[in-house]
Amino acid sequence: MRVEFDEPKCVAAGQCVMVAPDVFDQRDEDGVAIVLDAEPGPELHDEVREAAAVCPAAAIRLVEP
Amino acid sequence: MNRIVVVGASAAGLAAAETLRREGHSGSVTLVGEELDFPYDRPPLSKQILAGEWEAERLALRTKEDFDRLDLDLRLGAVAVGLDPGARLVRLAGGEQLGYDGLIVATGVRPRRLPGRGGHVLRTLRDAVELRKRLGPGRRLVVVGAGFLGAEVAAVARGLGCEVTLLEPAPVPLAHAVGEQVGRVLSEAHREHGVDLRTGVTVTGMTDFGVTLSGGELVAADEVLIAIGSVPNTEWLVDSGLPIDDGLVCDAFSAAAPQIYGAGDVARWHNPRFGVSMRIEHRTNAAEQGMAAARNLLHPDARKPFTPVPYFWSDQYDMKIQAYGYLRGHDTVDIAEGDLAGRRFLATYRKQGRLVGALAVGLPPKALRPWRQALITQEHQ
Repeated sequence: MRVEFDEPKCVAAGQCVMVAPDVFDQRDEDGVAIVLDAEPGPELHDEVREAAAVCPAAAIRLVEP
Repeated sequence: MNRIVVVGASAAGLAAAETLRREGHSGSVTLVGEELDFPYDRPPLSKQILAGEWEAERLALRTKEDFDRLDLDLRLGAVAVGLDPGARLVRLAGGEQLGYDGLIVATGVRPRRLPGRGGHVLRTLRDAVELRKRLGPGRRLVVVGAGFLGAEVAAVARGLGCEVTLLEPAPVPLAHAVGEQVGRVLSEAHREHGVDLRTGVTVTGMTDFGVTLSGGELVAADEVLIAIGSVPNTEWLVDSGLPIDDGLVCDAFSAAAPQIYGAGDVARWHNPRFGVSMRIEHRTNAAEQGMAAARNLLHPDARKPFTPVPYFWSDQYDMKIQAYGYLRGHDTVDIAEGDLAGRRFLATYRKQGRLVGALAVGLPPKALRPWRQALITQEHQ
């Protein structure tokens, strides 16, 4: 699984961080998301899929084989 | 459960359809959408699209390949006109009937309009593109309604060089939603940016030259945007026997009837976390409720109440407004951080002593997180 993040679309809601804190964080100053782990391990896949699904800006895209 | 029909192909319906597949549903999923466009995102309509910063293609919620993978029976441009829960049939305009074993209703809302003709509304991509074409330096725009949508459009239109008049019947815009103090701060921002904000006025009609107020005054306009709220799209359910009361009435599990769930703007459900019936027209709720509805439909023996802490944001000028909770009906507002005049503050909302929400303007979004956490944990007190 590879995480693609379209940063200009991010609205700083932080939904991804709350669902998948090992894979996403937010910048302190403006809350825009940061991808901590662009190729998360299988144990994180469920929560990363959940994070992509709840993103209110459709800014997270997952490339899965 | 073999055949699942999702009526409504925007954020909530799409989230439901995706969740069904993610949770292993291998039967059919029919996604019925009234608009011809592939599912797209709406919040940027009153922001980047209206400002001309983004092309429409950027709004696509998923790619064509994503849809192929989901293996949906995608019906775009299809309008549901009736439901027979006894026979488990959704009737489409044109006469086709879709049988289902499970149904998710996510038909959203449409803009409320003024009686009579004319005026723009802003709900669809087409609405936004049409309005965008008509805005520019020196154009006179009258916005009727200073809620979040009207306020965002006023801000963007000022950025495009329009002369903007913002008309609001209440004495303080958004006071019912965010309280009078915060409503005044937002009002002040509009006035500083050159918006002619008029409060306590009632629009009685529209002419070719503008809008008329209850006192008889004509407010001249080249374009008029009506932003006075929304109406849930439930007409197609009227003969279904499902409970309708300002939305499709659902229980704490987001269910309206056996095997029928509601999600997104159209759904009114009982949120046990706040102990009230609510209908939320926010983008994040659409996705969360679509997911919750799909899970509860698929796993009847492991249903979970849908208990979100609602979240919304609004961008106006250089202000980012973010809020968690259910602020309506609050009786106390406290400024917990920062100051109102500087437009950098965090306000907390309480009802009968109980925390019901928190809102921040101009602060790092992380500032709100402890308050969101407090909203979650106090449930157990």
